[in-house]
Amino acid sequence: MATTTMVELKPKDFKGKVDPDWCPGCGDFGLLNAVQKALAELGKKPHDVVCVSGIGCSSNFPGYLNAYGMHTLHGRALAVATGVKLANHDLTVLVTGGDGDGYGIGGNHFTHTARRNVDLTYLVMNNQIYGLTTGQVSPSSDIGMKTKSTPFGNIERPVHPTAAAIINGATFAARGFSGHGKHLVEIIKQAIEHKGFSHVDVFSPCVTFNHDNTYDFFRERVKQLEETGHDPSDWKSAVEKALMWGETIYTGVFYRNDEVPALHELEPILDEGGPVAHREPGLTKEQAQRVLKRMM
Amino acid sequence: MTARYDFAFAIGGAAGQGIATPGNILARIFVRRGLHLNAYNAYQSIIRGGHILLTVRVGEEPVLTHGDKIDLLVCLNQDTMTRHARHLAAGGHVIFNSDDVKPAEVAAGVEICGLPVKELTNDNRNKLVQNTVALGAMLNLMGAEFGVLEEALAQQFKNKGKEVIDENVGMARAGYEYAKAHFKPFHQALPKGKKPLAVWTGNEALAMGGAAAGVKFYCAYPMSPSTGVLHWMAKNARELGIMVRQIEDEVGVANVAIGAAHTGARSMCATSGGGFALMTEALGAASMMEVPVVFINVQRAGPSTGVPTKTEQGDLWQALGASQGDFERIIVAPKDALDAFKTLAELFNLVDHYQCPGILLSDLLISEGTFSVDPDEVDMHPKIDRGALILEGGGGGEYLRYLDTESGISPRAVPGVPGHVHVIATDEHDEEGILVSDEFTNPHKRRQMVEKRARKLNDFLKKVAAPKIEGPADADVTLVGWGSTAGVLKESVALLAERGVKANHLSVKWIKPLHADDIARALSKAKKVLVVENNHSGQFYRYLRSETGLSVAGHIRKYDGEPLQPHHMVNGVLDHLGAKKDVADGVYVPYQEVLV
Repeated sequence: MATTTMVELKPKDFKGKVDPDWCPGCGDFGLLNAVQKALAELGKKPHDVVCVSGIGCSSNFPGYLNAYGMHTLHGRALAVATGVKLANHDLTVLVTGGDGDGYGIGGNHFTHTARRNVDLTYLVMNNQIYGLTTGQVSPSSDIGMKTKSTPFGNIERPVHPTAAAIINGATFAARGFSGHGKHLVEIIKQAIEHKGFSHVDVFSPCVTFNHDNTYDFFRERVKQLEETGHDPSDWKSAVEKALMWGETIYTGVFYRNDEVPALHELEPILDEGGPVAHREPGLTKEQAQRVLKRMM
Repeated sequence: MTARYDFAFAIGGAAGQGIATPGNILARIFVRRGLHLNAYNAYQSIIRGGHILLTVRVGEEPVLTHGDKIDLLVCLNQDTMTRHARHLAAGGHVIFNSDDVKPAEVAAGVEICGLPVKELTNDNRNKLVQNTVALGAMLNLMGAEFGVLEEALAQQFKNKGKEVIDENVGMARAGYEYAKAHFKPFHQALPKGKKPLAVWTGNEALAMGGAAAGVKFYCAYPMSPSTGVLHWMAKNARELGIMVRQIEDEVGVANVAIGAAHTGARSMCATSGGGFALMTEALGAASMMEVPVVFINVQRAGPSTGVPTKTEQGDLWQALGASQGDFERIIVAPKDALDAFKTLAELFNLVDHYQCPGILLSDLLISEGTFSVDPDEVDMHPKIDRGALILEGGGGGEYLRYLDTESGISPRAVPGVPGHVHVIATDEHDEEGILVSDEFTNPHKRRQMVEKRARKLNDFLKKVAAPKIEGPADADVTLVGWGSTAGVLKESVALLAERGVKANHLSVKWIKPLHADDIARALSKAKKVLVVENNHSGQFYRYLRSETGLSVAGHIRKYDGEPLQPHHMVNGVLDHLGAKKDVADGVYVPYQEVLV
């Protein structure tokens, strides 16, 4: 239940038990700092937040955040997080992971969690490589990229996560860049406050294995949508801009729609009685009698 | 002294001919009359066409199997007549629409009951009217009053309006009167039982068992023969306040269930072997993270897509071995529908207590069978014990989710509880939940956590009942089985006694952990042990042997997709005890006479 925040929390109050084991310079630090700032500025309490991840460098995220966390299975974080949110819709649910985890093995859950409009915030640290397994091509790697599994150059075209999110029904689709911390904080705050499925693809350079999509690569190309007068209610324009990957790569809020009810708002059993996890388990005498009567 | 009432009818036809409805109507009539029933539906993986044979056996005491005989055969098409009419014995009846179906050759003493449906229904073109006419004739031959059918039809069609009800009652009465005028009824009239009973399928029992046990979250992916659980849950969700969701695939199902369970809701999912295969990774994850979830596998004939509408007990080793590494799991195989209902309450208390996943193995025979049940035996308010669950904040000090305790069980806080923030992980972790698998591995901590988790189930065998031999202690042969064969084992013990063979049986339900010592002790006194199961490789026998070192005298294994019938068991036991004419390498495989 929401209570008045008596003590304002600071970003450091969201610091986890251990320090990240990411390589120095890893883009993920940028998102971690931004999330800690965003949660503090939103007045969230650690025990009301659940951070769910899969497997990968960026999926170590929950261990570095002072909040309830679930470090689960490769590609399955969105499914687990859906169960969390439906069992207790009062919780603020974040999902953190990488591009391999999210757009490869996790691709199917990405599609369905978006169309269900589950109220959670999906933060993908997209470094266009598989880092923890030491440098293979990922679903978001550019065509032609040379990696350990594509030594002669990747012959496959990449996914378009932001466009896909919008097409599949995400009601908030945005991009961020680790190198633009302040911008990232604002986007994350909007994403968390949005009631519905929020997808934020974060360019998070892998300094060890991706020598193509570096900080410089993004600094030369990234342009924030907020500076262009883009209308986030215009999904066609959003998709168009999301597909652009040349001299200009947009970040910011591409699309948002606040009119679509979140999944838990459409579930009648949640109309009253609070979260399902807090309810008295078992049946009442009346319920039991009705069930038995129908069998006779 | 009249013989025990034991009557079975079978309705056969193609999918789409409406076999289920008359079956349901009669089932309701029987239980309202206080009679017990056991129904087996032999069907195919097709929506229209093919062949379905629904066999319903009725008695005054609980009916353990669908039996060995058909007393009344209703042929809704020629195919049914061709396949099954010859199996009836003297005293039996064959009902059919004489406008469309020609009678086949039957044994002496079997009455051929052709119904001129067009004439009896004023030339009604609706293809289903023959079913209604047949229902009337069936009731008459069984010696029941027409009134019970009138009442049942009114209930069946109550949403379709008075005109439809009257039309159906009229056609049923025409069939009833025609049978009365032209055919001899069965020598034993349908008796009346002591008190009204209820009727359910095994899947409904599973769903109800979960609901009664406090399940608040159910998710699934449709897969035969488990889908009935999803249907019941979905239909009753809003009334009972249960969150029900259909998920995009079984991998998703298992992981969604884990998320809900970790957050504090009792969570359950049901699937079949192929879907369970997809849940494999999540099973180990649940155990590593110490999250309680119940996975139901309704086994069907495998491997791979197998025969989706046929039964088998083929997933024992899958349940035992699913997922990588050593980890704690509870596996139970209930014996029948009522047992399945009761088991869920017990299983949920166990998985909550031990904070590990539980696997309930059902099969098509239980799950899609229709059975009578005494409503007084259906305890809808079982004891619910959540174990060491922390639902509220408070308490000082540091909270360690994976605290190493003497029992191995660590008090479990759920998200939302102040003062207990922690991260759970599928990676190896220490008491705090910090990974000891990446930056700093630590062999001592690793060993400590492995032993902590393993220790949890040390007292399990004391908490659940060991299997007991049922029947005379000095039996000449002991039949050993697991799960759904309990019914046919019990019935065949009684039939063998009538043939002068003293037998007893041991039906095992709790599979893992296994009461190995109790079983070994019980079987050490047995003169001759035969292991009975519905699979080819003798999965349960191999498991028993690996846990107890026991070797046995022989086996009865049926793996053609059809269940064991009592006569299969009797023939098998007699052959094992006698000439061993059909025993090869110690295994007797019953022959399936009824082709479905």
